[in-house]
Amino acid sequence: MPLFEYAPAPESRSIVDIKPSYGLFIGGEFVDPADGAAMKSVNPASEEVLAEVAEAGESDVDRAVAAARRAYETTWGPMPGRERAKYLYRIARIIQERSRELAVLESLDNGKPIRESRDVDVPLVAAHFFYYAGWADKLTHAGFGPDPRPVGVAGQVIPWNFPLLMLAWKIAPALACGNTVVLKPAETTPLTALVFAEICQQADLPPGVVNIVTGAGATGAAVVNHPDVDKVAFTGSTEVGRAIARAVAGTRKRVTLELGGKAANIVFDDAAIDQAVEGIVNGIFFNQGHVCCAGSRLLVQESVYDELLASLKRRMARLRVGDPLDKNTDIGAINSSAQLDRIRTLSEIGSQEGAEAWSPPCELPDRGFWFAPTIFTGVTQAHRIAREEIFGPVLSVLTFRTPEEAVAKANNTPYGLSAGVWTEKGSRILATADKLRAGVVWANTFNKFDPASPFGGYKESGYGREGGRHGLEAYLVH
Amino acid sequence: MSTDNRLAVRKTYKLFIGGAFPRSESGRSYLVDTQHDGAGVNVALASRKDVRDAVLAARAAVATWSGATAYNRGQILYRIAEMLEGRRGQFIELDNDGSTVDAAIDRWVWYAGWADKIAQVYGGANPVAGPYFNLSAPEPTGVVGVIAPPDSPLLGLVSVVAPAIVSGNAVVVLAAPERPLPAVTLAEVLATSDLPGGVVNILTGRVAEMGPWLASHADVNALDLTGVTDPELATSLEAAAADTLKRVLRPAAAPVDWTADPGLDRITALLETKTVWHPKGT
Amino acid sequence: MTATAVPLAEVASSEAALRIFLHGLPGVDQVGAEQRAATLATRSIKTTAKDWAIDLAIGMVDLTTLEGADTPGKVKALCAKARRPDPADPSCPSVAAVCVYPALVPTAAAALAGSGVHVASVATAFPSGQAPLDVRIAETAAAVRDGADEIDMVINRGAFLSGRYQQVYDEIVAVKAACGGAHLKVILETGELATYDNVRRASWLAMLAGGDFIKTSTGKVSPAATMPVTLIMLEAVRDFRDATGRTVGVKPAGGIRTSKDAIRYLVLVNETAGEDWLDPDRFRFGASTLLNDLLMQRTKQRTGHYSGPDYFTLD
Repeated sequence: MPLFEYAPAPESRSIVDIKPSYGLFIGGEFVDPADGAAMKSVNPASEEVLAEVAEAGESDVDRAVAAARRAYETTWGPMPGRERAKYLYRIARIIQERSRELAVLESLDNGKPIRESRDVDVPLVAAHFFYYAGWADKLTHAGFGPDPRPVGVAGQVIPWNFPLLMLAWKIAPALACGNTVVLKPAETTPLTALVFAEICQQADLPPGVVNIVTGAGATGAAVVNHPDVDKVAFTGSTEVGRAIARAVAGTRKRVTLELGGKAANIVFDDAAIDQAVEGIVNGIFFNQGHVCCAGSRLLVQESVYDELLASLKRRMARLRVGDPLDKNTDIGAINSSAQLDRIRTLSEIGSQEGAEAWSPPCELPDRGFWFAPTIFTGVTQAHRIAREEIFGPVLSVLTFRTPEEAVAKANNTPYGLSAGVWTEKGSRILATADKLRAGVVWANTFNKFDPASPFGGYKESGYGREGGRHGLEAYLVH
Repeated sequence: MSTDNRLAVRKTYKLFIGGAFPRSESGRSYLVDTQHDGAGVNVALASRKDVRDAVLAARAAVATWSGATAYNRGQILYRIAEMLEGRRGQFIELDNDGSTVDAAIDRWVWYAGWADKIAQVYGGANPVAGPYFNLSAPEPTGVVGVIAPPDSPLLGLVSVVAPAIVSGNAVVVLAAPERPLPAVTLAEVLATSDLPGGVVNILTGRVAEMGPWLASHADVNALDLTGVTDPELATSLEAAAADTLKRVLRPAAAPVDWTADPGLDRITALLETKTVWHPKGT
Repeated sequence: MTATAVPLAEVASSEAALRIFLHGLPGVDQVGAEQRAATLATRSIKTTAKDWAIDLAIGMVDLTTLEGADTPGKVKALCAKARRPDPADPSCPSVAAVCVYPALVPTAAAALAGSGVHVASVATAFPSGQAPLDVRIAETAAAVRDGADEIDMVINRGAFLSGRYQQVYDEIVAVKAACGGAHLKVILETGELATYDNVRRASWLAMLAGGDFIKTSTGKVSPAATMPVTLIMLEAVRDFRDATGRTVGVKPAGGIRTSKDAIRYLVLVNETAGEDWLDPDRFRFGASTLLNDLLMQRTKQRTGHYSGPDYFTLD
């Protein structure tokens, strides 16, 4: 028993009022799906059912797209930018006002620790709406020509790892540019999107500007394939991204994709070791490793390997795995049993292929979906766990000797979303960043996000950028 | 304005310096006509010492205001819009029509949205011919003296103040002398908007008296002469500013349509550009 | 800690070797260190954990008065409070030590005799340290002779900042020798060292020279103790023990006023150096007003309502 035992510090659930069931949000109202199909959303930390949500079929999606089209043509498209801006500012403010409620709900539905949803996710959500609200009436200054116009109706499909944040990344720029949207939240995490719909009502957003159609893969396909959708935006697995790219081939639909990654986190021998260890831990254990840009391959310079590994293991022993609603939890639940299976399978493969697994001792709860933070040492590029995205709290550790070798190994992957570089030498940061084929390079930090900073991948991590001035491009015709 | 037989409590119009509302150190005031009940109101007549104090307050505020994140500055400017919206009726009473007040509120919102975008539009990486990282980034120039347009005491005022402070500058404003009440009332809005004291300082009085002190002050980095209608005064102020090589915005050649899209010039004129080089190598 | 080219025992054998060693320590990324400290400050310590932490913190306080206006009367009152912080509750632990100027050591020693509360004295021309070395040594010896159990010395910042590491080292060694059986805390004056890299180097220098504790500040210069600075020092004592087997203590001083702050520091200790340092022999708070806030929180935990200053003694 530790000397300083932190007593339970649970965040109260009472701030959230979860309804027993939710309809689809179409044309400014909650409506039942045409065929009454529904699915359950579950708390992954306890397997408790949180609510029933509708499963939108093709006719529901059709209705949503029609509502979006109508709103685009009659209300939102013709509206001056400065008025659109004020709607988005209202939404940003309401998110700030209801931030605790949203953070608690996100942790319940997704499994991530309340500290992260409270301190990272929800503040960034508000910030994205604030940032893009400011572009709505300045598009002539954005560098896309003198009179950029919206694209029309955007069909958007988002993943379960940052449910409300991914919604903000999609909806804020789309609306700022004058488009209307039909958004499908992930199957396992629909609840904050549905509260967001309530927030749109609270802000008096004109009906049809935002439509939320909950459902699973079939609903997503219906959105993507709908003939009256002008632009498709998808964040999720590379596998599904490929399918979408194939599906829109030959159509007039524009598409942006933000897919998987297998980022290299490179630690040179002159790194600030204690902060590098924090960066490694943050890089792969933040959000349980359910992060497309996670630093899932640690590339450590051989000369500093022993010292770094010892520090890393010591630091990992401090990680607190447990109830997402406990304010002292560092690592929460895995989002679903399906994802847990995938993580277990790949970890098994890692061991079978000869890599050595290590986890700090931790007590995992009986109910719910849990995986202890794990590192694999003795990994090489040829191991499957160095090539395939695990999307869990599992780090593969490789070594390198020279800067050139580090870069070559970092780039030796079909993915190209992000990378980390740890060194105290400025010129080395810049030279390495130059050569890394990744859309985001974090030097002496990791997993930093800001609405002003463009995010997106090279190669099979997708194309298009979200955030910053660059994030407007996908939603404008110019 | 009184209803029934109730006597109104009339407002005292003071200066706005360092987030507080002092009277002029000179103890002087001047009479300003209002449309209310025929009697005018006394407004503080600021002196050169008030100018001196305002510049001190502005300089003290620059480090914190320019050191805040752009996001934070944008939020504060938006809050100013929220507070101004709440006082819409009061400003309409003062001598503005509703559409001008609405335009002034929307103008704050417009500028609020620029805080975290100017650097993306006005700065950037430069592709120099060598193995160097090269980045140009805009920075606020520091303390800006502003002579507010007399023809537009609210919308014009907002249109010269907001672009100066959005990037992190602090300002000393000489309000429109004949119509100063919107400026003083705006100061009350600013004081309740989480804007740090000293970022905006508002002085009422004679431009010809205060202007030369502001123009020659060595701790003022830039001078916006938009509101100077007398061409000789404008020339002498620009000449005075030349001693310390202040950045000067001259009065507009023709009357300004304050309702039109402001563009970026008023923001960028008060920015410095810093370019940083760093070699790239292992 | 990295194996260095020069074995640790020989690092101080020359100015050059000392410089190479200190400059070869890993750097500290300022933003990263500050973020780690900020994240640890979000830990929520409630109920039983809070009770335990408050009592531990009280037992770690070095109750301090270092004013030109200090008199025997003032010091006697402080010592009475140190022995019995809460007159209404004998179960409240006493503090670790009372910290005074050398001239007041005899008074403090007499007032604390038999209580278990230690007598700590500042020495070496505290706070500036700007006096000839022999004077600083003599002051140390005098304080120990008069009854000080602990000596809080200041390092020579002028020498450190101009790179004369050997001089800083030698002076600490000399003061340690003058301490005899008293334990030595080495004040780095982190506010004057300015960078975290310097704090790491000064920490190692003080430990190599034999310090029993490293201490952040004199409390006379701002900034005094901060969480990031203390984080760096905790990492240093952790790494030093890994390299040498010797455990050195840490004392943040100055600017720690509330129980909330104190508990945050204990979390920092727990999650950086580890629980071996959760002990008054390894961690102290240099403070004065902190004690009453700890007592108020202690009372609130027990009675369930917020307390007020009238219920606690001023001195």
